[in-house]
Order: sequence, then C-alpha cells, then structure tokens
Amino acid sequence: MEFVSNFFSDVASQPVFYLLSLALILCALMVVTLKNIFHCAIFLILALFTVAGLYILLHAEFLAAVQVLIYVGAVSVLMIFAIMLTSQISSKVIKQSNEQSTVAFVAAFFFLIASQLALWKTKWNIGEVELPEKNILSLGKLLMTDYVLPFEVVSILLLAALIGAVVLARREGS
Amino acid sequence: MGHYIALAGVLFAIGIFGVLTRRNAIGILMSLELMFNAANINFVAFNKYIASSSGTLTGQIFAIFIVVVAAAEAVVGLAIVLLIYRNWKGIDVDRINIMKW
Amino acid sequence: MLENAFLIPFYPLFAFVIIVFFTRWKEKLSSYLSIGMILIGLVHSIGVLIQMIARHGEPLEMSIPFINLPELQLELGTWIDPLTAVMLVVVAVVSSCVQIYSLGYMHGDPRWSRYFSYLSLFTFSMLGLVIANNFFMIFIFWELVGLTSYLLIGFWFEKKSASDAGKKAFITTRIGDLGFIVGLLMLGLYAGTFNYQEVFGIVKSGTLSPAILATAGIFIFCGAVGKSAQFPLHVWLPDAMEGPTPVSALIHAATMVAAGVYLVARAMPLFSASATASMVVAIIGLITSFMAATIALTQFDIKRVLAYSTVSQLGYMIMALGLYGVDTYHHHHSPGFYAGTFHLMTHAFFKALLFLGAGSVIHAVHSNDIRDMGGLYGKMKITAITFVVASLSIAGIFPLSGFWSKDEIVAATSGHPIFMFFTLAIAFMTAFYMFRLCFLTFTGKPRDQHKFDHAHESPKSMTVPLMVLGFLSVFAGWVGLPWLSHGFSSFVFHGEAYHAHANYLLMLISTVVAVSGIGLAYAMYYKKAISPDTIVAKFKPIYTLLYNKYYFDELYEAAVIQPLMGFSRVLWWFDANIVDGLVNLTGWLTVKWADIKMWFDKWVVDGAVNGIGYVCMFFSWLFRYIQSGSFQFYALVVILAAIEILMFRVSLLTFYILLAGVIIMALLRLALKNNRSGRMKAEPNIEA
Repeated sequence: MEFVSNFFSDVASQPVFYLLSLALILCALMVVTLKNIFHCAIFLILALFTVAGLYILLHAEFLAAVQVLIYVGAVSVLMIFAIMLTSQISSKVIKQSNEQSTVAFVAAFFFLIASQLALWKTKWNIGEVELPEKNILSLGKLLMTDYVLPFEVVSILLLAALIGAVVLARREGS
Repeated sequence: MGHYIALAGVLFAIGIFGVLTRRNAIGILMSLELMFNAANINFVAFNKYIASSSGTLTGQIFAIFIVVVAAAEAVVGLAIVLLIYRNWKGIDVDRINIMKW
Repeated sequence: MLENAFLIPFYPLFAFVIIVFFTRWKEKLSSYLSIGMILIGLVHSIGVLIQMIARHGEPLEMSIPFINLPELQLELGTWIDPLTAVMLVVVAVVSSCVQIYSLGYMHGDPRWSRYFSYLSLFTFSMLGLVIANNFFMIFIFWELVGLTSYLLIGFWFEKKSASDAGKKAFITTRIGDLGFIVGLLMLGLYAGTFNYQEVFGIVKSGTLSPAILATAGIFIFCGAVGKSAQFPLHVWLPDAMEGPTPVSALIHAATMVAAGVYLVARAMPLFSASATASMVVAIIGLITSFMAATIALTQFDIKRVLAYSTVSQLGYMIMALGLYGVDTYHHHHSPGFYAGTFHLMTHAFFKALLFLGAGSVIHAVHSNDIRDMGGLYGKMKITAITFVVASLSIAGIFPLSGFWSKDEIVAATSGHPIFMFFTLAIAFMTAFYMFRLCFLTFTGKPRDQHKFDHAHESPKSMTVPLMVLGFLSVFAGWVGLPWLSHGFSSFVFHGEAYHAHANYLLMLISTVVAVSGIGLAYAMYYKKAISPDTIVAKFKPIYTLLYNKYYFDELYEAAVIQPLMGFSRVLWWFDANIVDGLVNLTGWLTVKWADIKMWFDKWVVDGAVNGIGYVCMFFSWLFRYIQSGSFQFYALVVILAAIEILMFRVSLLTFYILLAGVIIMALLRLALKNNRSGRMKAEPNIEA
C-alpha cells in the first residue's frame, strides 16, 4: 500500500484534522442515538459545521461556505421547523430505536468493513494535484462552461422540489 | 487521503445505523443528511488527492451538486413528513406500514 | 339389288324409329308401317335371292371401317352368300306372316304400337345378324336380338311369370354369350382380325394349333348353345312361352333360335378344322334333341310341347352340323351341312305355322291347356287343317318338306351308328307327341264344354298367314329334292357342293318310323285302345322325371341361384356390418379422441396454468412477509445488498458465504415471523 505512505506526509496529519474528525464522529453518534429529536438536530448542526471545517482543510473553501449556508442555514433550520410542527411526540419519552437495532448495528458495521476493504483495495491514482489558487473563480468558470447543463438541470430540480413541497404541505381546501 | 476515506466511511456507517434504527421520521432524514455529508467528504478528498483527467475541480463541483440535491430532497421529505403527521397524528415509522401485505 | 342388300335391315329399323318417336299414339298407322316395311324387306330379300341364284352363288362382300386405330380395326359390312340370301328370305317371310297375324291376335292390346315397334326392332336385329361379315358385327346384332327377345317375352310384364321369363331368357342366353365373347376374342387375338373370310383363311392355312382351334370353336359354340337353347342352357325356352304367341312363333320357332344354328353354319370352316369342337357340337345337339323330345311327350300345355319340339329340332340341326364337321375333318363327304341348313329353312316354316296355329286355338279357347280342348276340328277348320299339315311335315311324311330335310339329317348320321339310333328314336317320338297334340286338340269329345261353346275360327288376318305358311311347309322343301341337279345342296354348301343322292333305304326307314309314331298316337288318343294312364302308372318314375323336365330348373335354382343369393347376402352383411361398422367405429373413435383431448385440455393444459398459479401462491405465501410495510426493514435489506455487492468486489469467498448466510437468515426470520403473525390479514395495520 504505497498510498498509505503518501498521506502521512500531508496536511491530514495535522492535529486539526484529528480534532475535527473526532468531533464529527461524536456529533454523528449523538444524532443517531439521542431520544430527544431536538437535541439530535442541534448535534446535526454541529456535525455540519465540522464538515465545513474539513472542507477548508481540503482546500474547498467555497464548498465550506456553501455547506454552512445551505446545510446549516437552510436545511437544519427546516428540520427544526419540522420538529416544531410535529412536536407532539417529542415531549414523550419514547424509545427511539426500533426492534431491528441489533441487526442494523451489525449491518452498518459490516458495511463499514466492506466499503473500506473495497476502497483500500482499489489502486487509486494518487498524485500531486495542483488546485487553483482562486477556488471560487475557478468553480464559477467551470459551472458556467463545462458544467452548465447540470447547473440548469439542478435549477429545474430545485424548482420542482419547491413546487412539490408547497403542494404537499398546503392545507386542504386552500 | 486514507484518513479522509476512513472518516467518511465511519460517518456513512453511522448514518446507516441511524437510518435503520431511528423511529422518528425526521430522525431518519437527519441520518440521511449525515450520509450525504460523508459522501461529500469523500468526493472532496478525491478531488484533492487524485489526479483526474476531466479537470482539477471535478470533485468539488460534484460535491456542490450533491449539496443542492440533498437540500431539495430534504425539503420534499419534510413536506411528506408534515403530511403524514397531519393525517396520522404521529410520525412513528413503525406504525406507517400500510404497504404491508 | 344385291349391292343394296345392306339396306334390308334398315327397313324395319326405320319402322321402329318412326313408331317410337312419331306414331305411338296412332296405332293403326304403326302396325301398317311396320308391316309395310317388312314387306318391302321381303321383296328386297327375294330379289337378292334371285340375283344370288343367277350368280350361281358367288358371294359379295362390302364393308366400311368402323374403328380404325393401329391396335384395333373394326369394320361394319355385309357378306352375301347363298346361305345369307336364304336366311334373309326365311326371316323376312316368317316375320311378315307373324306381323300380319299379330293384327288379329293382339287386337285390343293397350300397347299395340310398342308391340309392333319391338317386332320391327327384332327383325332389324335378325336381318343384320345374317348379313354381317365379321364376328364383331354379328356379336352386336346377337346382343340386340337377345335384348329384343327379352322385351318381347316380357311384353305382358304385369304378369310376374312373364317378366321372370324375360329375365330368364336374357340371362341364360347371356351366359352363352359370355362363351361367345371368349371365342370371339380368341379368334381376334390369334387371327388378328374378326372378318369371316380372313379368319377362315388363317384357320385353313393351319397356322393355329389344334388346341386353339378346338377351344375357340367350343367357345363360339357356347353362344349357339345359349341362343338356340341347347343343353344345358335350354331352360329359358319353355318359360319364354309366356310371351304372346306370335312372338313365340317369330322368335322361338323361326328366327332367333335359328341364329345359333346359323352361327355354327357360318363358322363351319372353324369347326371342320377341329374334330374335337365338332364332336362336342354333335354330342350336345344329340343330347338336347333326345332330352327335349322325351320331355315333350308328357306336357299338357300346347306351347310347351311346341317349345320342347323346337329345342329338339334345333338339336337335330346342331347335331347334323357337328357331324358334318367331324366327317369333313376326316375327309369324308357328309350331307350334314346341307341337312342342317336345309332343315333350318323348312323347320322355320312349319314351326312358325304350328305356333301360329296354336295361337289361333288359344285365342279361340282362351286356354293353353290341351286338357281343356277337344273336338275343335268342327269349329276351326282352317286352323286344324294347317296344323295337321305342319305336324305331318315335322313328322317327316312324304312328300312334305319336312320329310326331305329330316331324311338328310338321318343321312348325315350314317357312319355314326349311335347317333343314327337316337336320331330315329327321336323321330319316332317327334311324330308321336305331335300327333298326340293334334288328336287331343282337334278330335274327340270336347273336354271342357264351356270353352268349346265359345270357340270360333280366327279372323282372316290370322288365317291367311297360316295358309301361306302351310303352303310353304308343303312345297318349300321341294328345292331340296335329291334328284335335283341344282337343288338346295348345290346352292348352299360349304367347301364344295354336295350332290345329294337318293338313299331309298333311309327314306323307307324314316317313313316307317314316322308312321309308327303316328300310329301309336292314333291308337292311344283317337281310338283310345291303349290308355295313356296305364302307361303312366307303369313307368311312373320315368314319367315324373320327364314331366318335371328332368328337374333342370330346380337344379339350377339350387346349384346356381341360391348360392349367388347367399353370396349376395354375405356381401350385404359385410357392407352393413363391417363397412358401416367401420364408419361408425370411426365416428365413435373420434368422439373418444375428443374426450381424451378434453381431459388433456382440462387437466394438463389447465393444470399447468393453474399449477403456475399455485406455485406463485405458495411462494408468495412464503415471501409475503418481506412486505412488512416498514421502510426501515426495506432499507436494511438494501444495505445488506450493498454489502453483498461490495464483497463481490472484495473477496468472492466472503461473497458466497455472506450470500448463503443472508438467504438462510432471511428465510429463518421469515419463517419465524410467519409463525408469530399468522396467516393472511386483510386489514392494514395502521393505528391512528
């Protein structure tokens, strides 16, 4: 495994990475296990923040900004709204995990092992990548030139989601 | 790069566990967000460490799109959850089994 | 005249066609037309005869091709030689007399025109027969004669016995015709031609083997056996008396039965080339003659007696011709040919006269049975006188025509002692039974007074032909006087002319025989010195045999007809049961096959379809619980599948193990869940 030796020489060996990743994992665990949904949402927000940090470590500044704006700013808020709107059960103390928790744990564990094995067995083409200095500029150019089609399609997708959500969520008869 | 991949994998596994376990529908959606983010980390890590023939920022572009799609999906999913709540006064997925034989 | 001789048959044919198509409803016209035509034919025939005499018997042949193919050449033509000329005249004379007689006899019959049309057709057939120049043509007319005889015998077809008699005549002669065809075809095959002269030329040249000649001769003789009612095909002639008496006179006395004799005479070159065939002919003739004469002794029906007498006389002629063939083969001179043909001519006249006379008697008394008659002389003088004259002629009394011809027949048997003995015996019997008939009918006391009172002489139309024939019976035979240098024998001959010489011894013997026969009849029936009944009682078994005609009819019935009927019944059984059975079986099999197919369709085809349904239901019962309705269960399955796929990439062994493990666990879990949650639940499990 030659690539194993590669990454030890990189920024990933910095302690920031380990801090962030630890935080991320802890938050994630909290998200999936807490009984109180509201608490889960808070931890989700924290997790998303740490992911943004990781993006910065990976020289994806714009993406980190997008992450914070959209995920933290919009999606999480949306989730909290939803939690509020369906809050009747959040006050009750209900067992949050269903009957297939054991099997799920086993499945997740095995999935982890399987995916990691698959990933680590693959011969990646690890090399020095020259990332452009101005991240946003490059991304913007790419979006408008090479990837303009997915860009447009995604905008239509957002439109569809918007309309769909409005249609779904409106009150009867209004 | 291996660290990032391991990290993403762990995150993904946690997300799976959450999807399969959580009773609350919104909890499932939150776990799903975790899974998306794990995939995103993977993509960005690939973008940094693997030379691609199709451009230098392919991974990040992909990650942007994933964020957008995930957001759309979360919106629609939450709208559905609201509907379910409205109709059945509860969002316990164990009870939402009309598709049972 | 001679060159137009082929027209002679066409006169009566013309009459036939006209009567059938145009004058059926004008009865008088039909009969006059028919009689007129035959009289014209008679005149023409006489002309032909005179011309033939003038030519000293030189023959004339004319023919036209009928079918002309490389493989087969058939012709139609005429051959006029002295024998033909004589036959033409005989047929024409007898036919004219019979037709004129029929004017009176058939008076009042509803089918008058048809009768005359049949008579004309018959005359046409007979005339055509005698002038034919090849075997094929004579066969055509042979069959026509057979047909017309059937029509005429069965003329009163409402009577079952009459229609049966017609059938019997036709079928029996047909059997003879079968032999004729075989002989005909043999000749055609071996000689390559049917023409008389050509065939005889080949026969004379000796290129054909004796076996072939004998066989062909015998087969051709079969035709004569049938037509001339020789043993064993004689059974039709007595029954044929069911027809009107003029018909009997024409057909069974004078013409049709003479066709057989004519055929033998015509084919004499063939017979004289084969001693075997000729001897067969002679023997059959003798047997027939003797047998028929003995039967005639016992019969009580006028026409039956005359019929058997005809058979007997025909046997005489056939025998004479056969003996001639035998003698000629051995290079002896024999008067046989001359005797046979001469007797043919004289017999035609006196037999026709006898029949017409009998018809006259029957017409008067309205009965055929002589036991009802007696003492009719006073009432029917002309009939009686002509009848007795004919009887004298047939008995062979000097100087009537029958005497001369019979004498020649006896002369023909010289050299064959057995034949002569029997011939004389037959002559004796002939005289006896004829005069028995005469005495019983015309003399003595009437046995049936009622019938006697009603008896009357016949009208002129009937008595005039009687007189004409009577004249001919006396004088026609004088052309055969042995002292003539240019008599019949010089005219009609075969090979070379036979110069008859008077054999006084023979003449004396035959006269004595005839007179003694008449004398016996006189003693028994006129003087009643010897009672017939005592003789019957003394010879009872013989009498019964003779009276029942040697049981020939019963023999044929048992040996031939019943087996045929049985065979046809077998065939009918076969057809009704086996053939129909097969058809029904096929139908039944088809139904059964349809049943099988229905079973197949119901159980196998539908079973397969239903089976698929059952299999689906079974597996759905098994796998139903995968649809738990729980999203998270589905997601779990998805993740497990994802792991599985990844393992495929990572390590195949683990892949398989995991695969097996997953399947087992899934099935177990399903089974457990199945037991816990039970069977089908209709209601969805939603708690509001």
